[in-house]
Amino acid sequence: MQYYEAFGLEPKLALDLNDLQKRFYERSRQWHPDKFSRAGAEEQQKALDMTAILNDAFRTLKNPVTRAEYFLKQKQVEFAKEAPTELLEEVFELNMALEELREGDDSARGQLDAAREKFQGLLTGIDAELEELFALYDASAAGAVLDTGAVLDKVGRGLNRRRYVSNLIREVDKELNVHLSN
Amino acid sequence: MSTFQIDFGEAKPKIVGIDLGTTNSLVAVMELTGPRILSGIVPSIVSVTPAGEVVVGAGARELLISQPDRTVYSVKRLMGRGLEDIGAELKLFPFHIAPGSESVVKVQLGDKVMTPPEVSAHILRKLKSDAEEALGETITQAVITVPAYFNDAQRQATKDAGRIAGLEVLRLVNEPTAAALAYGLDKRKEGVIAVYDLGGGTFDISILRLHEGIFEVLATNGDTHLGGDDIDHLLMRVAFEDIQSEWGEDISIKSDAVQILRRAVIKAKEELSFVPQAVIDMEYGGKHYQREITLDIFNKLIEGIVERTLGPCRNCIADAGVTVEQIDEVVMVGGSTRIPLVRSAVERLFRTRPHTELNPDEVVALGAAVQAGILSGDVQDQLLLDVTPLSLGIETMGGLVSKLIHRNSTIPNSATEQFTTAVDGQTNVLIHVVQGERELVKDCRSLARFDLKGIAPMQAGMARIEVRFLIDANGILNVTARDARSGKEHSMDVTPSYGLTDEQVEAMILESYQKAEEDLNERQLREARVEADAVMAAVEKAKQEEAYSTLNDQERAAIDKSINELLVVYHSEDHLLIREKIDQIDQATQSLAEAIMNSVAERALKGTKIDA
Repeated sequence: MQYYEAFGLEPKLALDLNDLQKRFYERSRQWHPDKFSRAGAEEQQKALDMTAILNDAFRTLKNPVTRAEYFLKQKQVEFAKEAPTELLEEVFELNMALEELREGDDSARGQLDAAREKFQGLLTGIDAELEELFALYDASAAGAVLDTGAVLDKVGRGLNRRRYVSNLIREVDKELNVHLSN
Repeated sequence: MSTFQIDFGEAKPKIVGIDLGTTNSLVAVMELTGPRILSGIVPSIVSVTPAGEVVVGAGARELLISQPDRTVYSVKRLMGRGLEDIGAELKLFPFHIAPGSESVVKVQLGDKVMTPPEVSAHILRKLKSDAEEALGETITQAVITVPAYFNDAQRQATKDAGRIAGLEVLRLVNEPTAAALAYGLDKRKEGVIAVYDLGGGTFDISILRLHEGIFEVLATNGDTHLGGDDIDHLLMRVAFEDIQSEWGEDISIKSDAVQILRRAVIKAKEELSFVPQAVIDMEYGGKHYQREITLDIFNKLIEGIVERTLGPCRNCIADAGVTVEQIDEVVMVGGSTRIPLVRSAVERLFRTRPHTELNPDEVVALGAAVQAGILSGDVQDQLLLDVTPLSLGIETMGGLVSKLIHRNSTIPNSATEQFTTAVDGQTNVLIHVVQGERELVKDCRSLARFDLKGIAPMQAGMARIEVRFLIDANGILNVTARDARSGKEHSMDVTPSYGLTDEQVEAMILESYQKAEEDLNERQLREARVEADAVMAAVEKAKQEEAYSTLNDQERAAIDKSINELLVVYHSEDHLLIREKIDQIDQATQSLAEAIMNSVAERALKGTKIDA
């Protein structure tokens, strides 16, 4: 996987961020176009290409979510991008509350605050679950015997739920802020 | 002859760092002891005299009052912009826009028409020659600073200005980042810093992580049309109203009066950074206007402007992924950060006392010189990792934007997209590239249209053209296309939405070379005349010598003739002709020179003994 290769790393779902940052700085010192301003055109182009990949790789890998998305894509693991069925009831209630607030019913605010807190809790839970799955998957590379395909599928479902929940939080925040400033 | 040489190593040409500011510009260079400013502050003002002479800097500031219609300032506000962008500016600035300014604004200065890059090139040329004088060598390469929030067209326009001025622009550096370089270099700082940069016309906020000589920009934000100029306009509006009621006269339509008032207002504004009250004091047409402004009134007046800088600060903190508590220090840059209300607002937002010990006018140029040192290899352990301030995207169906490179991505950065045809036999694909954060194309800034042409006719969707969008270390977009099947480069036509085409820049460079030739001719002419003066004075002196009497009439006539001929061509514009006549005098006076030499030798032999 190109992004991992750019850092001289084995493809793993869990990464030590301090180590990643250190590698990013080391490789930037080596390849940044600033270091090649008096070099030939070919070397300059290579420096430019290397840093462009490095920068993109760092941005993708330093965030666990974008990292996992990249990882699954490279492994050609598809995952559904739809509303998780287990959340449908709560989302329905939330939309009702949002509607009431938009219509000027300020009593819905408390309900939204509670919903926000709940979703935030869900998000923390999903992150912890993803972290466990990352460790589980990486252990297989170290010799542990397990169905890696099944683990990656679970990661995919986790990412889908995470995306959905964080969108909900964003929507609630937007609504709460708008009506605060009014 | 054998020589003894000491190898000093290969002498490298110096790269200068330039702060091309809205109000003032400066040039600096990196030396062993650190960066150093090379000459005084050059006001970013350009004026054209009725004789066609271009005056830059302090001289042009005087002309702003005596010939306001032939003088332009704050031209940075027009860089890389089209006519429809600048409506608001035109209400506030006495820019005289020439006809044909749709995609590139053109400024009318008397009978001369210039694009903003050409005006800026005059400022750069002045800085270049100041630097050359200070360093005693020719300068051809430079690092130029730009506001961090400058878009692609504004950056390109700055680079064009450098090229027109005969400078190879090795790097465009963001102003707040440059300031951080100058600041961090000195102190060997570690941690997270914010740079708040409020200049004459632009506002930037950048947050950086400093670690072992690496300056990593985490996020940047800003407003390219917010600065000290806007404060001046608020004060001027107050004065316009006063004067209207006191004198019964609208002086806002009189360009010379506006400039006199502007100068008075700036003086009062600057005083208010040090004393609690100041007076706007101006005279015009024999009338006198005075108005006291207290700091309280001033603060109320500019509250809105200061507040406008805080939103970008909050967004920048969020984008950087840090909390206010994690920001160790705040560095203040730009002349407008001397204003007490600006300082207190920044202190309140960041909950820390901002650093104001640096000279806010010089720190950007000093940082540019540090970056020049990094590029030349003189500065080894420092490295700047900057970001692109705005997202880059392409237009998709329904006028929507598909983002390819997100804002605050470390540069250089690239994205690759595959394009294909939509109908059978289609031979070209048009790609519209925009910059901005909004969802709709119409709310973003159009950068350019790329026409992938010459696609072999085939079934719809069969063509595979891979287009690579690369933002380089200057924050400027480069686009290349290749056929995904053959791997061969695919040609395309580029139409920039704003700014100059390559051909236009080339034409301007050519023109400036011709100007340079004229300048060279002028200098050679002056040198030839100086020499002619010296030769004629020498001949006059020689005529007083005794030896002159030994010449025959013919020889004397030849000398007089050659002098007369020189006098005839002396005021011509042809330095070669003058030189030719000087040579003629040399020949005509040969026998005279010999006679003098002989008499000197004779005198010497007759006189004291010469030491062997």
